[in-house]
Amino acid sequence: MLSENAKKEIEREMAKYPEKRAVILAALHLVQKEEGWISQDAMEEVASLLDLTPIEVREVTSFYTMFNMRPVGNHHLQVCTNLSCALMNGRGVVEYIQRKLGIEVGETTGDERFTLSTVECLGSCGTAPMMQIGDDYHENLSEPKIDSILETLK
Amino acid sequence: MELYLTKNFGKPNAIAMAGYLKHGGYRALRKVLKKMEPKDVVEEVKDSGLRGRGGAGFPTGLKWSFMPQETDGPKYIACNADESEPGTFKDREFLEKEPQMMIEGLIISAYAMGVNTCYIYIRGEYATQTKILQQALAEAYEKKFLGRNILGSGFDCDIYVHRGAGAYICGEETGLMESIEGKKGQPRKKPPFPANFGLWGRPTTVNNVETFAQVPHIINKGASWFRGIGTEKSTGNTIFGVSGHVNKPGAYELPLGYGLKDLIYKDAGGIRNGRELKAVIPGGSSVKVLPADRIDVPLDHDSLTNAGSSLGTGAVIVMDDTTCMVRVGVVLAHFYRHESCGQCTNCREGSAWLHQLMVGIENGQGKIEDLDLLMDVADSLEGSSICALADAAAWPVQGLVTHFRDEFEEHIKTGKCTSPDSFRI
Ligand SMILES: Cc1cc2nc3c(=O)[nH]c(=O)nc-3n(C[C@H](O)[C@H](O)[C@H](O)COP(=O)(O)O)c2cc1C
Ligand code: FES
Repeated sequence: MLSENAKKEIEREMAKYPEKRAVILAALHLVQKEEGWISQDAMEEVASLLDLTPIEVREVTSFYTMFNMRPVGNHHLQVCTNLSCALMNGRGVVEYIQRKLGIEVGETTGDERFTLSTVECLGSCGTAPMMQIGDDYHENLSEPKIDSILETLK
Repeated sequence: MELYLTKNFGKPNAIAMAGYLKHGGYRALRKVLKKMEPKDVVEEVKDSGLRGRGGAGFPTGLKWSFMPQETDGPKYIACNADESEPGTFKDREFLEKEPQMMIEGLIISAYAMGVNTCYIYIRGEYATQTKILQQALAEAYEKKFLGRNILGSGFDCDIYVHRGAGAYICGEETGLMESIEGKKGQPRKKPPFPANFGLWGRPTTVNNVETFAQVPHIINKGASWFRGIGTEKSTGNTIFGVSGHVNKPGAYELPLGYGLKDLIYKDAGGIRNGRELKAVIPGGSSVKVLPADRIDVPLDHDSLTNAGSSLGTGAVIVMDDTTCMVRVGVVLAHFYRHESCGQCTNCREGSAWLHQLMVGIENGQGKIEDLDLLMDVADSLEGSSICALADAAAWPVQGLVTHFRDEFEEHIKTGKCTSPDSFRI
């Protein structure tokens, strides 16, 4: 269930547009912020707030890569594997994290702390290789830097 | 050479309103509201020769003149801050370092086209930049540069931020509008064009972040000043983003028409680890690669088109002699396959086929005939779908197979990579 605050925020967002439906991405971002992912229940709730059918919300949710349709760990490590990062050994970053956490891409650690994903270009090509964790960008990655980032997230 | 876009980037306070005002910010908006008719603003931008910085290089003033002057309902502007063309990181510079410049340009553009509501469509991953932007807009409202009766002129304008959620296709202008309306970002058929039928069926203009950021400078210093920078048909400065195997990757403000070779060797410090250059993608992942012996070319629209590539977003991806071009093909083909929105059969199936063929070659299962097949599939993709994503999937493949055919053949014959030290995928 969405919090009262989130519902108020959705109300406020509606004032920006001539149609309610336009707030769907904002609503889904709020759901994900509160719950970590977008469940069927959440899609139904968003649908009823926006006078849409659940399938209409599902259709949108599944179109956008940022929305997790399955639960993820507390920290979602998203490593860019597009060209500029790949040239700077982005694959090495993925492999190092895999070894360190003992998971493959798409998996979550047993303690549910970390999920590892690969993503397309995030606009940090000049500071490659990079990954995003939550809202934060981590750039110019090296193994020691990854160690210290993961350390602070424990 | 004069820096006017990035001059204050990184200075204390440039990110805040106080700093922007101290550096002469919002003088252009005052001038426009006091002394210029909307149509004069459109003319000035037309005269400047400004071309869109989002990738296609369409003349900005001309685009604005397509907007109907009088209408009986709302008109809209959408500022494209989706920045998702791989290799591109220039719009971020404006958003992070001096967001008021783009906001001032957006308000001036709204005045020029008689628009009262603007949306900034920012890619969802730019969460930090979204916060900076929200703060910047709040400050602009506070100073009465936004809202009702701006600076007593009688002109009203609101700007709202709309966050995307991860989809390259939403950078395409009609996909972007679908996404603002709360739908899947699947591009619309044109015509009707956005100037007649855009957001919610109303006249709409879409421009890139940097395009708007150029506008206050054109107003302050005049169209002829702007035309004096760059080349005859590619005017003004731009921010080139250099990435890959150079010593100093980063964002460089330079005039259009600047030499690609100088950008790589002088500004970006040359190839890292003392290696040799192998190839450059000069305008973001969608444009055709240039082999090292073809980089003596000015970075402007005409010169790059003549050189068999494109200026695109000015995102320069540099590859040294360790780079396996088949792997480059796999990475790029994967991207377009992943990002095809799925509505056009050609693009959906064709981009997947290109990727499959590239992966086959990389894994040692390629056949010599695959090279002609890659070219055939790419050629038939061009111009075959509603938006230009199919073209964007085709061009890099055509470029790679044309210029590096020998390497592809070698890879197929030996069943493995010819560059033992290449980056891995
Ligand atoms: C697949 C695709 C993705 C695009 N992505 C972007 C983008 O992220 N940012 C952008 O400004 N333009 C992008 N464009 C170009 C826009 O459709 C449009 O031409 C541009 O925003 C217009 O602005 P401008 O005239 O100021 O360049 C993209 C085009 C296509 C076909
Ligand atoms: S290629 Fe990784 S951020 Fe652009």
